[in-house]
Amino acid sequence: MIHDFSYDIAVIGAGAAGLAAAAETAKSPFRTVVIDREDQLGGILRQCIHNGFGLRYFKEELTGPEYADRVAALAAKPNVEFKTGTAVTEIKRLPDNGFELLAFSAAEGVSRIRARALFLGMGCRERNRGNLAIPGSRPAGIFTAGAAQKLLNIEGMLPGKSAVIVGSGDIGLIMARRLRWSGVEVKAVVEIMPHPSGLTRNVVQCLNDFGIPLYLEHSVVNIAGRERVQYVEVAPLDNGIPQLDRQFRIECDTVLFSVGLIPENELSRQLGVELNPATGGAIVDANLQTSVPGVFAGGNVLHVHDLVDFVSEEAADAGRSIVHYLDGTLNSQANPVTVSANLKYVVPNKFNTGEKGTYSFRPLIVSDAATLEAELNGRLVWKRKFTYVKPAEMLKVELPAEILNESGTLVFRLQEEA
Amino acid sequence: MEKKLICINCPIGCHLTAERSNDSDAWSVTGNRCPRGELYARNELTDPRRVVTATVRCNSELMPRLPVRSSEPLPKRYIDALLNRLYDMEVKIPVKRGEVLIANVENTGIDVIFSCDCGK
Repeated sequence: MIHDFSYDIAVIGAGAAGLAAAAETAKSPFRTVVIDREDQLGGILRQCIHNGFGLRYFKEELTGPEYADRVAALAAKPNVEFKTGTAVTEIKRLPDNGFELLAFSAAEGVSRIRARALFLGMGCRERNRGNLAIPGSRPAGIFTAGAAQKLLNIEGMLPGKSAVIVGSGDIGLIMARRLRWSGVEVKAVVEIMPHPSGLTRNVVQCLNDFGIPLYLEHSVVNIAGRERVQYVEVAPLDNGIPQLDRQFRIECDTVLFSVGLIPENELSRQLGVELNPATGGAIVDANLQTSVPGVFAGGNVLHVHDLVDFVSEEAADAGRSIVHYLDGTLNSQANPVTVSANLKYVVPNKFNTGEKGTYSFRPLIVSDAATLEAELNGRLVWKRKFTYVKPAEMLKVELPAEILNESGTLVFRLQEEA
Repeated sequence: MEKKLICINCPIGCHLTAERSNDSDAWSVTGNRCPRGELYARNELTDPRRVVTATVRCNSELMPRLPVRSSEPLPKRYIDALLNRLYDMEVKIPVKRGEVLIANVENTGIDVIFSCDCGK
Protein backbone atom coordinates (compact mmCIF):
# COMPACT_ATOMS: atom_id res chain seq x y z
CA MET A 1 0.00 0.00 0.00
CA ILE A 2 1.26 3.43 -0.92
CA HIS A 3 0.76 6.20 1.61
CA ASP A 4 -0.13 9.64 0.29
CA PHE A 5 1.00 12.85 1.95
CA SER A 6 0.57 16.45 0.97
CA TYR A 7 2.48 19.55 2.10
CA ASP A 8 3.15 23.05 0.85
CA ILE A 9 6.94 22.64 0.88
CA ALA A 10 9.17 19.57 0.68
CA VAL A 11 12.80 19.92 1.81
CA ILE A 12 15.05 17.13 0.59
CA GLY A 13 17.97 16.60 2.95
CA ALA A 14 18.10 17.41 6.68
CA GLY A 15 21.65 18.71 6.83
CA ALA A 16 22.94 22.21 7.49
CA ALA A 17 21.11 23.44 4.36
CA GLY A 18 17.74 21.70 4.62
CA LEU A 19 17.33 22.47 8.31
CA ALA A 20 18.20 26.16 7.82
CA ALA A 21 15.75 26.41 4.90
CA ALA A 22 13.02 24.74 7.00
CA ALA A 23 13.75 27.09 9.90
CA GLU A 24 12.74 29.96 7.56
CA THR A 25 9.70 28.32 5.98
CA ALA A 26 8.58 27.44 9.54
CA LYS A 27 8.02 31.16 10.14
CA SER A 28 5.25 31.19 7.51
CA PRO A 29 1.82 29.56 7.76
CA PHE A 30 2.89 26.97 5.14
CA ARG A 31 3.42 23.32 6.06
CA THR A 32 6.90 21.89 5.45
CA VAL A 33 8.16 18.32 5.36
CA VAL A 34 11.89 17.64 5.77
CA ILE A 35 13.00 14.30 4.35
CA ASP A 36 16.34 12.58 4.98
CA ARG A 37 17.60 9.06 4.34
CA GLU A 38 19.58 8.99 7.61
CA ASP A 39 17.89 8.22 10.93
CA GLN A 40 19.19 11.37 12.60
CA LEU A 41 18.97 15.00 11.61
CA GLY A 42 22.11 16.95 10.80
CA GLY A 43 23.57 15.25 7.73
CA ILE A 44 27.35 15.15 7.53
CA LEU A 45 27.67 17.41 10.62
CA ARG A 46 27.02 14.33 12.81
CA GLN A 47 30.38 12.82 11.90
CA CYS A 48 32.31 16.13 12.00
CA ILE A 49 33.05 15.94 15.72
CA HIS A 50 35.75 18.64 15.53
CA ASN A 51 35.20 22.28 16.45
CA GLY A 52 35.24 25.27 14.13
CA PHE A 53 31.59 25.51 13.09
CA GLY A 54 29.04 28.20 13.82
CA LEU A 55 31.19 31.29 14.49
CA ARG A 56 29.25 33.21 11.88
CA TYR A 57 25.76 31.67 12.00
CA PHE A 58 25.47 31.16 15.76
CA LYS A 59 28.22 33.59 16.92
CA GLU A 60 29.71 30.72 18.90
CA GLU A 61 32.31 28.06 18.15
CA LEU A 62 30.65 24.64 17.94
CA THR A 63 31.44 21.07 16.96
CA GLY A 64 29.49 19.48 14.10
CA PRO A 65 27.00 17.61 16.31
CA GLU A 66 26.40 20.77 18.34
CA TYR A 67 25.78 22.80 15.19
CA ALA A 68 23.40 20.09 13.92
CA ASP A 69 21.39 20.20 17.16
CA ARG A 70 21.21 23.99 17.09
CA VAL A 71 20.01 24.25 13.50
CA ALA A 72 17.58 21.32 14.00
CA ALA A 73 16.07 23.12 17.00
CA LEU A 74 15.45 26.21 14.81
CA ALA A 75 13.46 24.06 12.38
CA ALA A 76 11.48 22.10 15.00
CA LYS A 77 8.17 23.98 14.79
CA PRO A 78 4.57 22.70 14.74
CA ASN A 79 4.19 23.28 10.99
CA VAL A 80 7.38 21.32 10.15
CA GLU A 81 7.30 17.53 9.94
CA PHE A 82 10.44 15.36 9.76
CA LYS A 83 10.62 12.10 7.84
CA THR A 84 13.97 10.52 8.71
CA GLY A 85 15.15 7.12 7.50
CA THR A 86 13.34 8.01 4.28
CA ALA A 87 14.99 7.96 0.86
CA VAL A 88 13.54 9.97 -2.02
CA THR A 89 14.14 8.06 -5.25
CA GLU A 90 11.97 9.86 -7.78
CA ILE A 91 10.63 13.36 -8.30
CA LYS A 92 8.31 14.56 -11.00
CA ARG A 93 6.56 17.78 -11.82
CA LEU A 94 2.78 17.60 -12.00
CA PRO A 95 0.57 19.34 -14.60
CA ASP A 96 -0.62 21.79 -11.89
CA ASN A 97 3.06 22.87 -11.41
CA GLY A 98 3.28 21.04 -8.08
CA PHE A 99 5.63 18.12 -7.43
CA GLU A 100 5.31 14.47 -6.50
CA LEU A 101 8.08 12.60 -4.66
CA LEU A 102 8.36 8.85 -4.34
CA ALA A 103 9.98 7.92 -1.02
CA PHE A 104 10.80 4.73 0.86
CA SER A 105 11.21 4.13 4.58
CA ALA A 106 11.17 1.18 6.97
CA ALA A 107 8.47 2.90 9.03
CA GLU A 108 6.02 3.87 6.29
CA GLY A 109 6.97 1.72 3.33
CA VAL A 110 6.38 3.51 0.05
CA SER A 111 5.12 7.09 0.24
CA ARG A 112 3.89 9.47 -2.41
CA ILE A 113 4.58 13.00 -1.17
CA ARG A 114 3.07 16.02 -2.87
CA ALA A 115 4.34 19.55 -2.42
CA ARG A 116 3.82 22.92 -4.13
CA ALA A 117 7.48 23.95 -3.80
CA LEU A 118 10.78 22.12 -3.30
CA PHE A 119 14.05 22.88 -1.59
CA LEU A 120 16.97 20.82 -2.85
CA GLY A 121 19.38 20.25 0.05
CA MET A 122 21.07 16.97 -0.89
CA GLY A 123 24.60 18.25 -0.28
CA CYS A 124 27.55 16.74 -2.09
CA ARG A 125 29.54 13.55 -2.38
CA GLU A 126 33.26 12.88 -2.32
CA ARG A 127 35.41 12.35 -5.37
CA ASN A 128 37.22 9.03 -5.07
CA ARG A 129 40.12 7.05 -6.46
CA GLY A 130 38.15 6.20 -9.59
CA ASN A 131 37.78 9.91 -10.40
CA LEU A 132 41.57 10.32 -10.32
CA ALA A 133 42.48 7.09 -12.11
CA ILE A 134 45.48 6.39 -9.85
CA PRO A 135 47.29 3.26 -11.04
CA GLY A 136 48.04 0.25 -8.88
CA SER A 137 46.31 -2.76 -7.40
CA ARG A 138 43.01 -2.86 -5.53
CA PRO A 139 43.79 -3.96 -1.99
CA ALA A 140 41.77 -3.25 1.16
CA GLY A 141 42.60 -0.05 3.04
CA ILE A 142 41.59 2.61 0.50
CA PHE A 143 38.90 5.04 1.69
CA THR A 144 37.57 8.48 0.98
CA ALA A 145 38.38 10.75 3.93
CA GLY A 146 34.68 11.13 4.74
CA ALA A 147 34.09 7.37 4.74
CA ALA A 148 37.03 6.94 7.13
CA GLN A 149 35.62 9.76 9.26
CA LYS A 150 32.28 7.97 9.54
CA LEU A 151 34.00 4.68 10.38
CA LEU A 152 36.05 6.30 13.13
CA ASN A 153 33.68 8.88 14.59
CA ILE A 154 30.31 7.17 14.25
CA GLU A 155 31.17 3.46 14.29
CA GLY A 156 34.25 3.72 16.51
CA MET A 157 36.53 1.70 14.24
CA LEU A 158 40.06 2.57 13.09
CA PRO A 159 40.57 2.40 9.33
CA GLY A 160 44.18 1.19 9.72
CA LYS A 161 47.49 1.70 11.50
CA SER A 162 49.48 3.96 9.21
CA ALA A 163 48.02 6.24 6.57
CA VAL A 164 48.90 8.40 3.59
CA ILE A 165 46.35 11.07 2.72
CA VAL A 166 45.93 11.97 -0.95
CA GLY A 167 44.79 15.57 -1.42
CA SER A 168 44.86 18.39 1.10
CA GLY A 169 41.15 19.16 1.31
CA ASP A 170 39.74 20.10 4.71
CA ILE A 171 38.28 16.68 5.42
CA GLY A 172 41.67 15.08 4.79
CA LEU A 173 43.46 17.59 7.03
CA ILE A 174 40.91 17.14 9.83
CA MET A 175 41.26 13.37 9.47
CA ALA A 176 45.07 13.64 9.71
CA ARG A 177 44.70 15.08 13.22
CA ARG A 178 41.87 12.74 14.17
CA LEU A 179 43.94 9.72 13.11
CA ARG A 180 46.97 10.97 15.05
CA TRP A 181 44.82 11.56 18.12
CA SER A 182 43.51 7.99 17.70
CA GLY A 183 46.97 6.41 17.63
CA VAL A 184 47.27 6.04 13.85
CA GLU A 185 50.52 7.12 12.23
CA VAL A 186 50.01 9.65 9.41
CA LYS A 187 52.98 9.39 7.06
CA ALA A 188 52.22 12.21 4.64
CA VAL A 189 49.69 14.36 2.85
CA VAL A 190 50.24 14.49 -0.92
CA GLU A 191 48.85 17.42 -2.93
CA ILE A 192 49.19 17.99 -6.67
CA MET A 193 48.69 21.76 -6.45
CA PRO A 194 51.44 24.18 -5.35
CA HIS A 195 49.22 25.28 -2.43
CA PRO A 196 47.04 23.40 0.09
CA SER A 197 43.39 23.03 -0.92
CA GLY A 198 42.10 23.20 2.67
CA LEU A 199 41.88 26.19 5.02
CA THR A 200 45.18 27.56 6.36
CA ARG A 201 44.03 27.07 9.95
CA ASN A 202 43.68 23.36 9.26
CA VAL A 203 47.20 23.12 7.84
CA VAL A 204 48.45 24.76 11.05
CA GLN A 205 46.48 22.78 13.61
CA CYS A 206 46.17 19.41 11.83
CA LEU A 207 49.54 19.02 10.07
CA ASN A 208 52.09 21.46 11.52
CA ASP A 209 51.10 20.62 15.12
CA PHE A 210 52.09 17.01 14.51
CA GLY A 211 54.98 17.50 12.07
CA ILE A 212 53.08 15.64 9.32
CA PRO A 213 54.85 16.27 5.98
CA LEU A 214 52.84 18.00 3.25
CA TYR A 215 54.17 17.22 -0.24
CA LEU A 216 52.97 20.01 -2.54
CA GLU A 217 53.18 19.50 -6.32
CA HIS A 218 53.47 15.76 -5.79
CA SER A 219 51.26 12.95 -7.03
CA VAL A 220 50.63 9.36 -5.94
CA VAL A 221 51.63 7.32 -8.99
CA ASN A 222 51.05 3.83 -7.61
CA ILE A 223 49.13 2.10 -4.82
CA ALA A 224 50.65 -1.31 -4.07
CA GLY A 225 49.54 -4.31 -2.01
CA ARG A 226 47.78 -7.65 -2.47
CA GLU A 227 45.31 -8.18 0.39
CA ARG A 228 45.98 -4.86 2.11
CA VAL A 229 47.74 -1.66 1.05
CA GLN A 230 51.52 -2.04 1.59
CA TYR A 231 52.90 1.18 0.22
CA VAL A 232 52.29 4.06 -2.18
CA GLU A 233 54.73 5.59 -4.62
CA VAL A 234 54.89 9.38 -4.85
CA ALA A 235 56.52 11.51 -7.54
CA PRO A 236 57.15 15.25 -7.81
CA LEU A 237 55.31 17.06 -10.59
CA ASP A 238 56.95 19.24 -13.20
CA ASN A 239 54.34 21.23 -15.12
CA GLY A 240 51.79 18.64 -14.05
CA ILE A 241 53.86 15.67 -15.26
CA PRO A 242 55.04 13.13 -12.65
CA GLN A 243 58.86 12.86 -12.58
CA LEU A 244 59.12 9.09 -12.22
CA ASP A 245 62.93 9.14 -11.97
CA ARG A 246 62.52 11.00 -8.67
CA GLN A 247 59.66 8.91 -7.25
CA PHE A 248 59.85 7.53 -3.72
CA ARG A 249 57.99 4.95 -1.67
CA ILE A 250 55.96 5.49 1.53
CA GLU A 251 55.02 2.38 3.51
CA CYS A 252 51.43 2.46 4.83
CA ASP A 253 48.41 0.20 5.20
CA THR A 254 45.77 2.87 4.57
CA VAL A 255 45.18 5.51 1.87
CA LEU A 256 42.60 8.26 2.32
CA PHE A 257 41.36 10.42 -0.53
CA SER A 258 40.45 14.04 0.14
CA VAL A 259 40.29 15.26 -3.42
CA GLY A 260 37.20 17.37 -3.71
CA LEU A 261 33.45 17.21 -3.54
CA ILE A 262 30.75 17.03 -6.21
CA PRO A 263 27.24 18.44 -5.71
CA GLU A 264 24.70 15.61 -5.55
CA ASN A 265 22.15 16.40 -8.26
CA GLU A 266 20.69 13.05 -9.34
CA LEU A 267 17.20 14.13 -8.26
CA SER A 268 17.62 17.61 -9.76
CA ARG A 269 18.36 16.02 -13.15
CA GLN A 270 15.12 14.04 -12.99
CA LEU A 271 13.27 17.34 -12.72
CA GLY A 272 15.14 18.80 -15.67
CA VAL A 273 16.87 21.43 -13.52
CA GLU A 274 19.52 23.19 -15.61
CA LEU A 275 23.03 22.65 -14.14
CA ASN A 276 26.14 24.84 -14.26
CA PRO A 277 29.23 22.89 -15.39
CA ALA A 278 31.50 25.23 -13.37
CA THR A 279 29.85 24.37 -10.04
CA GLY A 280 28.16 21.01 -10.69
CA GLY A 281 25.05 22.56 -9.11
CA ALA A 282 21.92 24.19 -10.46
CA ILE A 283 21.86 27.52 -12.27
CA VAL A 284 19.89 29.80 -9.93
CA ASP A 285 18.66 33.38 -9.89
CA ALA A 286 19.16 35.83 -7.04
CA ASN A 287 16.22 34.18 -5.23
CA LEU A 288 18.04 30.81 -5.46
CA GLN A 289 15.28 29.52 -7.72
CA THR A 290 16.42 27.00 -10.33
CA SER A 291 15.36 26.87 -13.98
CA VAL A 292 12.27 24.89 -12.85
CA PRO A 293 9.76 27.28 -11.22
CA GLY A 294 9.07 26.32 -7.60
CA VAL A 295 12.37 24.44 -7.20
CA PHE A 296 14.99 26.16 -5.03
CA ALA A 297 18.49 25.05 -4.01
CA GLY A 298 21.11 26.01 -1.45
CA GLY A 299 24.22 24.71 0.28
CA ASN A 300 26.61 22.13 -1.13
CA VAL A 301 24.07 20.81 -3.66
CA LEU A 302 24.38 24.22 -5.33
CA HIS A 303 28.14 24.74 -5.04
CA VAL A 304 30.68 23.32 -2.61
CA HIS A 305 31.22 25.63 0.36
CA ASP A 306 34.18 25.61 2.73
CA LEU A 307 32.11 26.81 5.71
CA VAL A 308 28.89 25.29 7.00
CA ASP A 309 27.84 28.74 8.17
CA PHE A 310 27.66 29.89 4.53
CA VAL A 311 25.66 26.76 3.68
CA SER A 312 23.03 27.64 6.26
CA GLU A 313 22.97 31.34 5.30
CA GLU A 314 22.38 30.50 1.65
CA ALA A 315 19.73 27.89 2.44
CA ALA A 316 17.93 30.30 4.78
CA ASP A 317 17.81 32.84 1.90
CA ALA A 318 16.27 30.12 -0.28
CA GLY A 319 13.76 29.31 2.46
CA ARG A 320 12.60 32.93 2.52
CA SER A 321 12.31 32.93 -1.28
CA ILE A 322 10.12 29.82 -1.16
CA VAL A 323 7.69 31.61 1.16
CA HIS A 324 7.54 34.56 -1.28
CA TYR A 325 7.02 32.13 -4.17
CA LEU A 326 4.01 30.55 -2.46
CA ASP A 327 2.72 34.00 -1.45
CA GLY A 328 2.93 35.07 -5.08
CA THR A 329 5.30 37.92 -4.18
CA LEU A 330 8.52 36.56 -5.69
CA ASN A 331 10.12 38.79 -8.30
CA SER A 332 11.30 36.47 -11.05
CA GLN A 333 12.80 38.99 -13.45
CA ALA A 334 16.31 37.80 -14.21
CA ASN A 335 19.38 39.32 -15.85
CA PRO A 336 22.54 37.26 -16.48
CA VAL A 337 25.51 37.26 -14.08
CA THR A 338 28.84 35.89 -15.26
CA VAL A 339 32.53 35.91 -14.37
CA SER A 340 35.63 36.78 -16.35
CA ALA A 341 39.23 37.02 -15.11
CA ASN A 342 40.51 34.83 -12.26
CA LEU A 343 37.15 33.54 -10.99
CA LYS A 344 36.00 29.95 -11.46
CA TYR A 345 32.33 30.70 -10.94
CA VAL A 346 29.71 32.98 -9.43
CA VAL A 347 26.46 31.97 -7.70
CA PRO A 348 23.73 33.09 -8.40
CA ASN A 349 23.75 33.40 -12.20
CA LYS A 350 20.87 35.87 -12.53
CA PHE A 351 20.04 39.13 -10.76
CA ASN A 352 16.89 41.11 -10.25
CA THR A 353 16.98 44.81 -11.08
CA GLY A 354 16.67 47.03 -8.02
CA GLU A 355 17.19 44.21 -5.50
CA LYS A 356 20.28 43.68 -3.37
CA GLY A 357 22.10 40.42 -4.05
CA THR A 358 24.49 38.05 -2.29
CA TYR A 359 27.18 36.62 -4.56
CA SER A 360 29.62 33.77 -3.89
CA PHE A 361 32.81 33.18 -5.86
CA ARG A 362 35.62 30.67 -6.11
CA PRO A 363 38.93 32.41 -7.00
CA LEU A 364 41.36 30.77 -9.40
CA ILE A 365 44.43 32.59 -8.07
CA VAL A 366 46.47 32.95 -4.89
CA SER A 367 47.14 36.59 -4.09
CA ASP A 368 47.62 38.84 -1.08
CA ALA A 369 46.23 41.90 -2.85
CA ALA A 370 43.33 41.53 -5.23
CA THR A 371 40.27 43.58 -6.16
CA LEU A 372 36.88 42.11 -6.96
CA GLU A 373 35.11 44.29 -9.52
CA ALA A 374 31.55 44.29 -10.86
CA GLU A 375 30.65 45.69 -14.28
CA LEU A 376 27.04 46.31 -15.28
CA ASN A 377 26.67 46.68 -19.06
CA GLY A 378 30.40 47.37 -19.32
CA ARG A 379 30.40 50.11 -16.65
CA LEU A 380 32.33 49.56 -13.38
CA VAL A 381 29.68 49.84 -10.65
CA TRP A 382 31.29 48.24 -7.58
CA LYS A 383 34.63 47.01 -6.26
CA ARG A 384 36.18 45.64 -3.10
CA LYS A 385 39.77 44.86 -2.08
CA PHE A 386 40.74 41.52 -0.57
CA THR A 387 43.90 40.51 1.24
CA TYR A 388 44.69 36.79 0.80
CA VAL A 389 42.50 35.33 -1.88
CA LYS A 390 42.99 31.66 -2.74
CA PRO A 391 41.05 28.86 -4.40
CA ALA A 392 40.54 27.13 -1.03
CA GLU A 393 38.53 30.02 0.34
CA MET A 394 35.21 31.11 -1.13
CA LEU A 395 34.52 34.82 -1.44
CA LYS A 396 31.06 36.07 -0.49
CA VAL A 397 29.87 39.65 -0.95
CA GLU A 398 26.63 41.61 -0.90
CA LEU A 399 25.86 44.16 -3.58
CA PRO A 400 23.53 47.00 -2.55
CA ALA A 401 20.21 47.40 -4.35
CA GLU A 402 20.96 50.87 -5.72
CA ILE A 403 23.86 49.82 -7.96
CA LEU A 404 21.82 47.14 -9.76
CA ASN A 405 19.51 49.82 -11.09
CA GLU A 406 19.24 48.77 -14.72
CA SER A 407 18.71 45.60 -16.70
CA GLY A 408 21.63 44.00 -18.50
CA THR A 409 24.62 41.78 -17.87
CA LEU A 410 26.56 41.83 -14.60
CA VAL A 411 30.16 40.62 -14.92
CA PHE A 412 32.53 40.00 -12.00
CA ARG A 413 36.30 39.79 -12.27
CA LEU A 414 39.19 39.50 -9.85
CA GLN A 415 42.13 41.78 -10.58
CA GLU A 416 45.48 41.04 -9.04
CA GLU A 417 47.32 44.18 -7.95
CA ALA A 418 50.80 44.62 -9.27
CA MET B 1 62.31 39.44 18.66
CA GLU B 2 59.58 38.80 16.08
CA LYS B 3 57.40 35.72 15.41
CA LYS B 4 54.98 35.05 12.55
CA LEU B 5 51.85 33.03 13.26
CA ILE B 6 48.59 32.12 11.58
CA CYS B 7 45.55 32.44 13.79
CA ILE B 8 43.42 29.28 14.00
CA ASN B 9 40.38 30.75 15.74
CA CYS B 10 38.29 31.12 12.61
CA PRO B 11 38.52 30.34 8.89
CA ILE B 12 39.88 33.79 8.01
CA GLY B 13 43.27 32.65 9.33
CA CYS B 14 44.80 36.09 10.08
CA HIS B 15 48.54 36.35 9.53
CA LEU B 16 49.81 37.56 12.90
CA THR B 17 53.09 39.18 13.83
CA ALA B 18 54.10 39.07 17.51
CA GLU B 19 56.97 41.25 18.72
CA ARG B 20 58.70 41.70 22.04
CA SER B 21 61.80 43.52 23.16
CA ASN B 22 64.55 41.47 24.82
CA ASP B 23 63.96 42.94 28.27
CA SER B 24 60.20 42.32 28.27
CA ASP B 25 57.89 39.32 28.60
CA ALA B 26 54.97 41.03 26.90
CA TRP B 27 54.28 40.23 23.26
CA SER B 28 52.62 42.91 21.16
CA VAL B 29 50.49 41.45 18.39
CA THR B 30 49.55 42.93 15.01
CA GLY B 31 47.70 41.58 11.97
CA ASN B 32 44.72 40.30 13.97
CA ARG B 33 41.23 41.43 12.98
CA CYS B 34 39.65 40.61 16.35
CA PRO B 35 40.72 40.33 20.01
CA ARG B 36 40.82 36.54 19.89
CA GLY B 37 43.80 36.72 17.53
CA GLU B 38 45.83 38.63 20.09
CA LEU B 39 45.02 36.10 22.83
CA TYR B 40 45.80 33.23 20.46
CA ALA B 41 49.25 34.65 19.65
CA ARG B 42 50.13 35.20 23.33
CA ASN B 43 49.01 31.69 24.29
CA GLU B 44 50.70 30.12 21.27
CA LEU B 45 54.07 31.64 22.22
CA THR B 46 53.89 30.89 25.92
CA ASP B 47 51.43 28.02 26.50
CA PRO B 48 49.90 26.69 23.25
CA ARG B 49 46.37 25.35 23.54
CA ARG B 50 43.92 23.40 21.39
CA VAL B 51 40.29 22.40 21.66
CA VAL B 52 40.31 18.61 22.06
CA THR B 53 37.59 16.59 20.35
CA ALA B 54 37.21 12.81 20.54
CA THR B 55 34.63 10.08 21.01
CA VAL B 56 33.95 7.79 23.96
CA ARG B 57 32.43 4.31 24.12
CA CYS B 58 28.90 4.11 25.48
CA ASN B 59 26.07 1.64 26.04
CA SER B 60 23.64 3.24 23.54
CA GLU B 61 21.85 1.01 21.02
CA LEU B 62 21.92 3.75 18.40
CA MET B 63 25.33 5.34 18.80
CA PRO B 64 28.39 3.15 19.43
CA ARG B 65 30.46 6.27 20.24
CA LEU B 66 29.49 9.65 21.64
CA PRO B 67 31.31 12.84 20.58
CA VAL B 68 32.95 14.89 23.34
CA ARG B 69 34.99 18.10 23.45
CA SER B 70 36.98 20.22 25.85
CA SER B 71 34.97 23.22 26.99
CA GLU B 72 37.92 25.52 26.17
CA PRO B 73 41.27 25.15 24.42
CA LEU B 74 43.42 22.88 26.62
CA PRO B 75 47.20 23.32 27.07
CA LYS B 76 48.81 20.98 24.56
CA ARG B 77 50.91 19.18 27.17
CA TYR B 78 47.76 17.64 28.70
CA ILE B 79 46.18 16.44 25.45
CA ASP B 80 47.72 12.98 25.03
CA ALA B 81 46.99 11.92 28.62
CA LEU B 82 43.43 13.19 28.33
CA LEU B 83 42.85 11.27 25.09
CA ASN B 84 44.11 8.03 26.68
CA ARG B 85 41.81 8.59 29.62
CA LEU B 86 38.82 9.16 27.30
CA TYR B 87 39.58 6.05 25.24
CA ASP B 88 39.57 3.93 28.41
CA MET B 89 36.11 5.10 29.48
CA GLU B 90 32.69 3.67 28.82
CA VAL B 91 29.84 6.04 29.61
CA LYS B 92 26.27 5.25 30.59
CA ILE B 93 23.45 6.99 28.74
CA PRO B 94 21.33 9.05 28.92
CA VAL B 95 23.55 12.07 28.46
CA LYS B 96 22.75 15.65 27.48
CA ARG B 97 24.64 17.99 25.18
CA GLY B 98 26.84 20.20 27.37
CA GLU B 99 26.81 17.74 30.29
CA VAL B 100 30.21 17.39 31.98
CA LEU B 101 32.02 14.08 31.49
CA ILE B 102 35.32 15.04 33.16
CA ALA B 103 35.45 18.13 35.35
CA ASN B 104 38.47 20.38 35.77
CA VAL B 105 41.07 18.51 33.66
CA GLU B 106 44.49 18.74 35.38
CA ASN B 107 43.20 21.62 37.52
CA THR B 108 42.93 23.87 34.47
CA GLY B 109 39.27 24.71 35.12
CA ILE B 110 38.52 23.17 31.70
CA ASP B 111 35.93 20.39 31.46
CA VAL B 112 35.24 17.66 28.93
CA ILE B 113 31.61 17.89 27.83
CA PHE B 114 29.30 15.88 25.56
CA SER B 115 28.69 17.35 22.08
CA CYS B 116 25.25 15.77 21.62
CA ASP B 117 22.27 14.28 23.42
CA CYS B 118 21.86 10.52 23.60
CA GLY B 119 18.77 8.99 25.16
CA LYS B 120 18.70 5.38 24.06
